[in-house]
Amino acid sequence: MEFGFSDEQRMAADTVRAALADLCTGADLRRLMASGEARDAKRWRALSDLGLAGLMVPEDLGGLGLCEVDLVLIAEACGYAALPEPLIEQAGVAAPLLATFAVDNRASPWLDRVLGGEAVVALGHPANALIADADSADILLIARDDGLHLVDPAAASLTRRESIDPFRRLFQVAFEPSAATRLAGPDEAAQPLARAFERGALFAAAQGLGLAQRAVDLAADYAKERTQFGKPIGANQAIKHHLATCLTRIVFARPVVHAAAAQLDPDDLFARARISHAKLAALEAADLSARTAIQVHGAMGYSWEVDVHFYLKRALALAGTWGDAAFHRARFAERIRRAPLGPQHTFAREAGAKP
Amino acid sequence: MHLAYTPEQDAFRAEVRAWMLANTPKAPLPQMSTPEGFAAHRAWEATLASGRWSAVTWPQEYGGRGLDLIRWLIFEEEYWAAGSPERANQNGVFLLAPTLMEFGTPEQKARFLPRMAAGEEIWAQAWSEPQAGSDLAAVRSTAVRDGDDYVLSGHKIWSSRAVFADWAFGLFRTDPASERHRGLSLILFDLRAPSVQVRPIPQINGYPGFAEIFLDGARAKVAHRLGEEGKGWNVCMATAGFERGLMLRSPGRFQATAARLLKLAADRKLDAAQEAAVLAAVMDVEAYALSIYATACDLMRGGEIGAETSCNKIFWSELDLALHRAAMSILGASAELTTDAGDHDWLDGYLFSLAGPIYAGTNEIQRNIIAERVLGLPRG
Repeated sequence: MEFGFSDEQRMAADTVRAALADLCTGADLRRLMASGEARDAKRWRALSDLGLAGLMVPEDLGGLGLCEVDLVLIAEACGYAALPEPLIEQAGVAAPLLATFAVDNRASPWLDRVLGGEAVVALGHPANALIADADSADILLIARDDGLHLVDPAAASLTRRESIDPFRRLFQVAFEPSAATRLAGPDEAAQPLARAFERGALFAAAQGLGLAQRAVDLAADYAKERTQFGKPIGANQAIKHHLATCLTRIVFARPVVHAAAAQLDPDDLFARARISHAKLAALEAADLSARTAIQVHGAMGYSWEVDVHFYLKRALALAGTWGDAAFHRARFAERIRRAPLGPQHTFAREAGAKP
Repeated sequence: MHLAYTPEQDAFRAEVRAWMLANTPKAPLPQMSTPEGFAAHRAWEATLASGRWSAVTWPQEYGGRGLDLIRWLIFEEEYWAAGSPERANQNGVFLLAPTLMEFGTPEQKARFLPRMAAGEEIWAQAWSEPQAGSDLAAVRSTAVRDGDDYVLSGHKIWSSRAVFADWAFGLFRTDPASERHRGLSLILFDLRAPSVQVRPIPQINGYPGFAEIFLDGARAKVAHRLGEEGKGWNVCMATAGFERGLMLRSPGRFQATAARLLKLAADRKLDAAQEAAVLAAVMDVEAYALSIYATACDLMRGGEIGAETSCNKIFWSELDLALHRAAMSILGASAELTTDAGDHDWLDGYLFSLAGPIYAGTNEIQRNIIAERVLGLPRG
């Protein structure tokens, strides 16, 4: 039993956290929003230079051959910054999925470009009706009933669907499927897509933890500064107790997310339930913390000027992607119905499941 | 990160399970807060001790097994899964003992620990006073030096199990001129000594689960002071740290309640709100278990318990309430009945779960601690 992270894993996350503290401030977010651009080119370059795109791609394909546990703290750091760019979606979901089909000579050049930081791949997964960042992606992976397609965005029709999150770029994508676009049939694509789903939900959860923590930190900072009745509002128990409640939900969502990362396996009932638990717990913590942060900020919290709404909106967006709360509750309930109960099953795997 | 038990840990679990299966009383013991119930629970402590299971984390020399935290968690899981009784000596084994081991003299350890492990001496905590509840530093009871003794005077209250216990660990003002956190000492005293009067206080369920203690010139030995004179606050806070941190409520207890809740739910038709309540409570139980495993691994790597463990106490007390509220909702019209044995367990547990957010430092105090020491908000 070793429930914790290595120094290397912590240091990698610290590096990303430090980079984002520098490159993804509230002012940076507002500048990007005003520009209407999809990405902050300088920030995306800096993040690409960290070489994270291949983190979960096997070494023989040019990646680092690491796993979800190595990315989960980084995802938390990206959530903390409300990072607009799809660093986590790419490194944690789309790039490893693309790598699954690297034997195909249509996919392999794109994988190389993604690993080199020269291209971005966006994913249209059946779990999500819309494709995020389809306009700025260089290549699209789109799953349909007849399999998985590799689609040139220029050959597709993109219809923007506005999200309340100003940094979400969601598109309805139509394209002409053909033998040339079809990378894999439904049977061959099923397993990689199932794994991609678990990863999508996991990293949404991890980002949710970061969003939640940021909301609490912003509110705590404000509560120390804002003075009413001759003292900081944070000296009042009403404020303290609100924020302590949020922190408690975060503290107890975090190990669920970390355990989910360590045990991810789409073929295992326990692992699927844990991913669902992680998604629920983390996004509920994010929702509670963001709403609480708005309340603590008072009228300022309801204003556009204060950054808190960015975190609220991202939390709202992530809560509904990669399976909504009802979907994940049903998966957790399924485990309770089907699997034996008892504390010896806390870390259990189904017989025959991969470790 | 590697989330699996070792074969040795699995074997240990099997050993605990086999012992509990063979030794856990087949029928529930009578209510602990009755003379016959307490006697039965005291006897259970002795039974546990006979298998060397009464104080498993203690060093072997005092009757323990020197278990690491992971094995302690496994032990607790199997203990509660087997339906084993509440621990009469909870406050001694889990609260006082860690403090005794840290601050006690060799003589104190030899005098008190083996008898505690054997269940021969049951301990109560004597900290709160009528005017010192959440504000513990307002303690007024005094201990005045008289040769090799302290003379104890004052009024302690809300002392769990003190009606039937043998000894208490109390917080006293040894420096009469002192104020607040200074000048306090932690003193072990005999509840059966002359001039110690224990008056039962019936709890919400009607049973005298706690008591007030009147001290009117009772004598305690100076040699039974734990830690330095005047440093009692720090010594007590070390105990409070253990209490909030890990030892008071292991996940196994709540996992056993969750298993009972799921069994109850499986037998009934639940509406959507009940279903959601059950799921949410069970998820929180699992989150609590995962969190405590993560904390245990961190401590075993040399980490330290910090202020954020105040979150633990809030979380387990609220999830316990959620488990029992879900059960009460499912029981519906029969929830109020005290006649049905199975349902009554839920009712009894529900009432007890209401105490969770109050004892061991109210959840309001815990939230203040989190806000001030973790988030850095100003003191009120």
